[in-house]
Amino acid sequence: MKITSNNFIPAAREALADQDMRRSVNQATTTAYQKRKNLMFEFGIEHGEALRQQAQVRRRALSRLPDLLGLAETRMIENGIHVLWANDSSEVNQDVLEIINRHSVKTVVKSKSMVSEEVGLNDALQDHGIEVMETDLGEYIIQLADETPSHIVTPVIHKSLASIRDLFISELDMPPTDDAVQMARFARQILREKFLAADMGITGGNFIIAETGTLCLVTNEGNGRMVTSLPRLHVAIVGIEKVIESLEDYATLTQVLPRSATGQAMPVYTHMYSGPRKAGEDDGPDELYVILVDNGRSEIFATKYAQVLTCIRCGACMNACPVYRSTGGHAYGWVYPGPVGAVITPLLNGLDNAKPLPFASSLCGACKEVCPVDIDLPQMLLDLRDDLVRAGMDEKMWLWAMRLWQFGNVSPGIFELGGKVARSLTGEKPPEHLPGPLAGWTKYRNFPPFAKKSFRQQWKERRGN
Amino acid sequence: MEISPANPVRESPRGKRVSLFVTCMVDMLYPQTGWAVVDLLEHLNIEVDFPHEQTCCGQPAFNGGERSPAKQVAIHFLKTFKDTEVIVAPSGSCTAMVCHEYPLLFADDPEWLPAAQRAASITWEFSEFLVDGLGIKDFHLRLPKPATFAFHDSCHGLRMMGLGTAARTLLKNTENAEIVELAENDVCCGFGGLFAVKMADVSGAMLERKLTNIEGCSASTIVCGDVSCMTHMNGGLSRRKTDKRVRHIADVLADGLEVRTK
Repeated sequence: MKITSNNFIPAAREALADQDMRRSVNQATTTAYQKRKNLMFEFGIEHGEALRQQAQVRRRALSRLPDLLGLAETRMIENGIHVLWANDSSEVNQDVLEIINRHSVKTVVKSKSMVSEEVGLNDALQDHGIEVMETDLGEYIIQLADETPSHIVTPVIHKSLASIRDLFISELDMPPTDDAVQMARFARQILREKFLAADMGITGGNFIIAETGTLCLVTNEGNGRMVTSLPRLHVAIVGIEKVIESLEDYATLTQVLPRSATGQAMPVYTHMYSGPRKAGEDDGPDELYVILVDNGRSEIFATKYAQVLTCIRCGACMNACPVYRSTGGHAYGWVYPGPVGAVITPLLNGLDNAKPLPFASSLCGACKEVCPVDIDLPQMLLDLRDDLVRAGMDEKMWLWAMRLWQFGNVSPGIFELGGKVARSLTGEKPPEHLPGPLAGWTKYRNFPPFAKKSFRQQWKERRGN
Repeated sequence: MEISPANPVRESPRGKRVSLFVTCMVDMLYPQTGWAVVDLLEHLNIEVDFPHEQTCCGQPAFNGGERSPAKQVAIHFLKTFKDTEVIVAPSGSCTAMVCHEYPLLFADDPEWLPAAQRAASITWEFSEFLVDGLGIKDFHLRLPKPATFAFHDSCHGLRMMGLGTAARTLLKNTENAEIVELAENDVCCGFGGLFAVKMADVSGAMLERKLTNIEGCSASTIVCGDVSCMTHMNGGLSRRKTDKRVRHIADVLADGLEVRTK
């Protein structure tokens, strides 16, 4: 997928002007935020906090990541799963194409997978004449509209029901209706045919349990089950950070993930795949492939940002983030938007390809507050800002502004003089339009008057010294 | 606030000498808020001094990723407050900078780390100093006229310092003050320091939502604990030409001091 994260500021401005999109995003995020809160704490604050504490199993898994990956590979192979390792996007796509060639695959159905978006799998397959069909309803809509997801859990969050209706009418000749259930039913009929005809199903993976060699998938629509049971091949593309230790840990995480993601006590479908169809079994694919994707993750593992790899992709930080709520996800310019996207996009694609993202936050901390695995996203954004400045990538203007600011703040005399100068320049009623970088401020707010006499002057007069 | 953050562990401030860190914004823009803090503390017979060398905590540069200037200004702060027993600031954000970020900023600097850790252990936001530090929940104040208030919970105070109810407690126990709820009281107003300038349009959109909530609230005065957020929201309210205003908790409480109502 093309990276346009450096375009965040103009893209955000454009997004802010799209009232339809903003209404949809606003409604969906605030609803999801509230549902999460209700479900996370349905048995009280203590229980919710305890769940979050238990979710620290992700940190334990991360600290043992290399060992667990080795164990997961061994166990999966014992279970009859083919395990492949891909260093980067092109290796993932190549692996999938090889499997496709080996098994003479013509059509592919997919369940929702952000890693497949990350590596640009659909384009790679379509370039080779393979028909790829997204079967998650949201992803199907995105594919029909030729767009990209704007949220990692609800990819179609930016679209209104009316725009989806219009899309179905124009692309699929749907009989006109405004009823969401009717529309979903209509899409389902089309998807059913595709499930039955497909040669291969492609999924992501929410977790891999190392000790049992089990691939885990959490879905709501049932399409995941069709994708993994009807076609004769199942290929799962999973980031290497998704490995966890035990079944018990999975039990914990299946409580935390749906609560955080969609405000559900449990997902509608909890899938566990410990191998392809075995002799005597009726369902399941002939072969199951798991492609373990690095694509920059092992580099993150070696940095101070390693903790971000514990992310379980619930999207709660997006729903809580007032920046994301305002701009939607497309402005972030890549696969992962919102606070966690602002951290992993520069880490995976290079800071120079995502310079505005670490600054796309007021550092309000709502993301950290809702994160089920307690990733300190605000601190990471601060550290990324530090990295940007050190690499000389921040606008030079700020460097000079901060040097000047430093000069005025290490000497109380100059500090005091600065206040007096500001007062004499702006007076009792500061102008409604300030020049240069301050124009951004006065575009939306007035500036308060500087005090006639600063606190320190007044203190000196009243109290001496 | 749903989950209490890991608050800094601080020594009890009881019986210790209080130094005011008035903060750069209060110093230059809102000196009356500084006096409100002084008057309220003195009303409780707490002696306050004002270390004259003080400037800023360094947060603007720190949040801008400019750690070298941030460090120089933070060192100036540490020198200024080196002999201080307790530091009180009328800001959750500046307090969070000292309590949370100073130890990180100087983590690799053995020369200044002890001073940074010491500062982190003795610095308090105004309302939490009184309520959580000293256990004072009631000033026995009476506002000159009945008024309705609602709180905006500033982010750093709320999420980094865990200031849940301290300011509310102080106002609740003041006569003539009625407290109502502001919708989305814990959602950021969009200030974020340089964010308001660097990402002016996004910040402006966040502000709009906050102002709409404020306008829809039955309280005529919104109370918060940070003059930075206050400046941002008031800047927007004055641009909208509405009469509602945001005020600092110390200013609101100080209205009830006898010396002022006389």
